[in-house]
Amino acid sequence: MVSAMTDTRTRPSEAQVWAWLDEVPDPEIPVISLVDLGIIRDVAWADEALEVTVTPTYSGCPATTVINLDIVAALSAKGVENVRLKKQLSPAWTTAWISQKGRDNLRAYGIAPPVEGTAACGIGALVTPEVACPHCGASATRRVSQFGSTPCKASWVCDDCREPFDYFKCI
Amino acid sequence: MTGALFEYALRMGDSCLILGHRVSEWCGHAPAIEEDIALANTALDLIGQTQMWLGLAGEIEGKGRTADNLAYLRDARDFRNLLLVERPNVDFAHTIVREVLFDLWHFHTLGALQASADARVAAIAEKALKEVSYHLQRSADLTIRLGDGTDESHSRMRAALDALWPYAGEMFLEDDIDVALAETGVGPALGTVKPLWEADMRRMLDQATLSWPKSSHVQKGGKTGVHTEALGYVLADMQFLQRAYPGATW
Repeated sequence: MVSAMTDTRTRPSEAQVWAWLDEVPDPEIPVISLVDLGIIRDVAWADEALEVTVTPTYSGCPATTVINLDIVAALSAKGVENVRLKKQLSPAWTTAWISQKGRDNLRAYGIAPPVEGTAACGIGALVTPEVACPHCGASATRRVSQFGSTPCKASWVCDDCREPFDYFKCI
Repeated sequence: MTGALFEYALRMGDSCLILGHRVSEWCGHAPAIEEDIALANTALDLIGQTQMWLGLAGEIEGKGRTADNLAYLRDARDFRNLLLVERPNVDFAHTIVREVLFDLWHFHTLGALQASADARVAAIAEKALKEVSYHLQRSADLTIRLGDGTDESHSRMRAALDALWPYAGEMFLEDDIDVALAETGVGPALGTVKPLWEADMRRMLDQATLSWPKSSHVQKGGKTGVHTEALGYVLADMQFLQRAYPGATW
């Protein structure tokens, strides 16, 4: 007696699982999927279990727990009951792993996507990125605080349209 | 060797935990909303890093203690944090000076630990360094702006620097644990971190128009569990719930 999930002929392919996970939104920023965010590092069948390797964005981000629950719930809804989550720290998550689709969705939602190559790297090189306003596209913007409403964002304001906005900072 | 790494993971984890708790005391009290958010985010990162370090400590110890057990069920004598991080917030200047003294050490220590011979240590360092780089960027920026600011901000920064300076030296006091880890390539030789810290500190204090403190006195004890009275108050606050209602969960 083999169930559909243990029978290698009928269990969902890894590509199918990736597609399902691409429908699971980030709990804090629902316009971006977990796959777009780049935190799903691997999906693989190991014997009868589906192993999903996840890397945290920020080590203290409270969303991490919710993300894990959401992955298990989403796969369970598709009939995959035996899911094993693996936490992977290295290589550490970088915003360079956010997909183009994810970046476009962030901008449309009012969050400026990360400008790669501008991560903080010590006091000798204070880099302030040039960030285009996600509302009006102007480049006359400035940082108000390098921290924001979630660990991954900084607070910026546009001097052209005068609107404040979140900037997804580069790490 | 295993004993040394357990102690080292406690030192890293406890310093992150106690500083994280101290910084979190500002939540709802900071001088501006942006600072309130920045302080809370910094605290959050530090607590996240605590989970990694104390999780590793529990794993190495092999007695089934979790990061939560280690955080909530040890008494002051068993904490291994630097004395610097348990010092009270006092005012915004003390908070920022304590932060920048620590961040600069943290930044260079994690930079060295990325090359640790222990893959678990290297992975935690690689992850934490990205966050700590932002902490340092902020605390260095504020130190310069407040030091080179108004008469009042300058004098407050001056007072904070003089008060906290004796607690910075403990970061570079090498003991048997540090030596054992450096010999096996797991931890950094503290002698390699100190000149990096001093060079950056000198440059930053110059920009902040703050002179290098004259005192060379070093307060020590935190790394071996001998703390100031301040830690007891932190633990009383932080551990109350688990002490009063053992095993309580959300």
